[in-house]
Amino acid sequence: MSLLQVTGLTARYGDFQALFGVDLTLDAGEAIAIIGANGAGKTTLMRSISGVLRNAPEMIRLNGAPIGALPPDAVVAQGVAMVPEGRRLFASLSVEENLLIGAHGRKDAGYWTLQTVYDLFPILKEKRHVPGVSLSGGQQQMVAIGRALMSNPRVLLCDEISLGLAPVVIRDVYAALPRIRDAGAAVVIVEQDIGQALKVADRVYCMMEGRITLSGRPEDLSRAAIHDAYFGVSA
Amino acid sequence: MMWVDTVVQGILLGGLYALFAAGLSLVFGIMRLVNLAHGDLIVLAAYVILLVVSVLGINPFLAAAIAMPVMFAFGWLLQRVVLNRVLGEDILPPLLVTFGLSIVVQNVLLEGFTADSQRIGAGSLETASVAIGPLTLGVMPLLTFASAIAVIVGLNQLFYRTALGRAFRAVSDDPVTASLMGIKPASVFATATGIAMVVVTIAALYLGMRSNFDPTIGPARLIYAFEAVIIGGLGSLWGTLAGGIVIGVAQTVGAAINPEWQILSGHVAFLIVLLIRPRGLFPRSHD
Amino acid sequence: MSTIVDTRTTASRIAGVCAVLLLAAAIVAPVFVGRGVIQDLFFILTMLTLAQFWNLLAGYGGLVSVGQHAFVGIGAYTLFGAGLLLGLDPVAALLLCGVVAVVIAVPTAFFAFRLQGAYFAIGTWVVAEVVRLSVAQWQALGGGSGTSLPPTARDFAGTAWVARVLDVRDAAARDIVTYWLALALAVATCAGVYALLRSKRGLALAAVRDNVAAAQAVGVDAQRMKWLVFLIAAFGTGIAGGLIYLQKGRISPDAAFSVTDWTAFVIFIVVIGGIGTIEGPIIGVLVFFALQSLLADYGSTYLIVLGALGVVIMLFAPRGLWGLFAARTGIHLFPVRRRLRRTVPRNTQPPGETHG
Repeated sequence: MSLLQVTGLTARYGDFQALFGVDLTLDAGEAIAIIGANGAGKTTLMRSISGVLRNAPEMIRLNGAPIGALPPDAVVAQGVAMVPEGRRLFASLSVEENLLIGAHGRKDAGYWTLQTVYDLFPILKEKRHVPGVSLSGGQQQMVAIGRALMSNPRVLLCDEISLGLAPVVIRDVYAALPRIRDAGAAVVIVEQDIGQALKVADRVYCMMEGRITLSGRPEDLSRAAIHDAYFGVSA
Repeated sequence: MMWVDTVVQGILLGGLYALFAAGLSLVFGIMRLVNLAHGDLIVLAAYVILLVVSVLGINPFLAAAIAMPVMFAFGWLLQRVVLNRVLGEDILPPLLVTFGLSIVVQNVLLEGFTADSQRIGAGSLETASVAIGPLTLGVMPLLTFASAIAVIVGLNQLFYRTALGRAFRAVSDDPVTASLMGIKPASVFATATGIAMVVVTIAALYLGMRSNFDPTIGPARLIYAFEAVIIGGLGSLWGTLAGGIVIGVAQTVGAAINPEWQILSGHVAFLIVLLIRPRGLFPRSHD
Repeated sequence: MSTIVDTRTTASRIAGVCAVLLLAAAIVAPVFVGRGVIQDLFFILTMLTLAQFWNLLAGYGGLVSVGQHAFVGIGAYTLFGAGLLLGLDPVAALLLCGVVAVVIAVPTAFFAFRLQGAYFAIGTWVVAEVVRLSVAQWQALGGGSGTSLPPTARDFAGTAWVARVLDVRDAAARDIVTYWLALALAVATCAGVYALLRSKRGLALAAVRDNVAAAQAVGVDAQRMKWLVFLIAAFGTGIAGGLIYLQKGRISPDAAFSVTDWTAFVIFIVVIGGIGTIEGPIIGVLVFFALQSLLADYGSTYLIVLGALGVVIMLFAPRGLWGLFAARTGIHLFPVRRRLRRTVPRNTQPPGETHG
């Protein structure tokens, strides 16, 4: 049984249908990447899994239990944490308070604490008393990741964590990934940068216009197949 | 000398208005809800205290301590059952629902307690005074002012030193992201309104001990509270105290010139501040 | 294939015919019904006028004012001032009521528009308090305890003629004349608001209400629309206030600036009937009158019921009774939505649904 299983997921905003029957699995300890152009439905998929958008219960299962209809706070309590697109730090909270708020719904202790997050991103310890939103983009992204880790999730959803960051900063952010996986979290990475996604993920799903158009291990996918799945087959 | 006395009385009166305003400011700060029934809820709390005093025959301060959890529960339920349903982008539903609530609360109190003026008896405390230098100050106004400062210090501690306060600020910044952190905005809002009702109870205690009250005086208290919040600048509790003091001093000075001008002078002071500092005396930098 | 823009519906044409018949009946009503009915009708018509203007403000302009009683009181005091101090004929003074209300509305708007969103509401309330407290200082008009219109000032234009033609006492004749004025005012208000909403300005207003930023992006000056609506509402509310107190004949600051009578009731009428529709206030005022007839003897219980009804409707049917009805039947008596009607031949295939 997969840790996270998405089955036939549909989503719509009013008249606009954003997802058409998406299927996806994530095994314990695995890292998968979801790639696709703008508007492919990646963020809608993340919002559905995290509970911001409600679905039919059985469309999303965690360890077999239906979580599709749970509100976001209940989804976090089940062990699915999200690093939202655009980081979305709380403007009136300091760096440390932003991290602490991530532990709000946590019931039992785990690997991730303020101390271990500061070990992962030492710069945050230095800046712990300044407002989170005053940091640089890369540092803010570290706060957002650390904040999600503070709930000790079984599944970490990362939505566009490299967006708007310089390549050298992206490298620093992604350098944290192995340690996050070692600590026990399975990871879903949403990326527009195909190269980055293929480098870090065990498996890749490619989305286009609300559907999964391709999936598999990076080494099994040809450049041409990815190109077609990403941009559509040129007729 | 008379003018110094008038101004000092005004400053102390400002403490009462800051108490009226603190609950309004708290609720607005966290959920952007302007509760038009706020004044009527203060009057409701005063009647709850009065009821406890007359049934149990105890000291008003003790009665207020009993009324606090009752009002907390009332606020929590009100938010949970009614107000959470109308929060959102559209400002119309919350305004109209709280306006309806204001009318309902006023008239329920009229049914239950008639239109007669009431007062919460505080015994010798009502007339006690202390001499500070050349001034003679009433113990009750001093106690009111001290309570206002205590409430503001307490709320600031709650906001900046506790996990609950962190959740308040997070939800205020961004409720959707806060829910991704495991926070339930609906229950945070309910707790916030519950706490606002505890503050309202403290305000009601002094309202009821210092002057007569009847079921119809709520809207005027709402207006004083609102003026204090706007003069102070949204989101700053110390600013709200300053706003309360501006209204209080304007009222006592106005009354010293002509007793009929007391209330009017407070409103005029508000309009002047609005004219020259539209964002209040101590505006918050962001938001 | 071409399209034409149409705002008429079959229901609106039937309603138009009914309205003309109803209006004719209302004009001749004083010949057939007693003075009590005329007074009730006067009450309904003036409340409808106030409700229609508040609906324009809040439902269409997004300006939730809880201080409209300021303009009722200003209108009332202008009427008394003009009658008692200037010796103007009260009927002629009604227009002045509207003008003075607009003059006061300018500084009111100047202050209140500085307050954002919900705080605008309380800001209007503060201004109403300031006006009430100031008027209470006006000793020539009775100060805090108020005054009456002397009989000489109440024999206004038309009453003698009505008394002679309909063979009624002077007091009844005054009621009939004020009733006709109220009828004219209510009809002019409904028609005027309808015309405004169907005009180009009405379209701009709807755009501002739905999305200020988007409206500004297409060149609608949101601030100017807010001013326009606020001043129009003040003008009409001022005239209605003058008319109401012309009929009452006695004034005091607490009554003329009553937040319950002139703001709370008006808000409940609009909310119960359906905010943001022209039909809403009409339905609302009828429900309100029925409730008042049934429950007015119970005093505060009546207000509890009214307040609770307003809350319940806002929670469960925010479009009010008319909104519920229109959603079920699709009937609009005063359609202001523009409907695109395709002028295509019958045999043409309808275009398939497309998604963006």
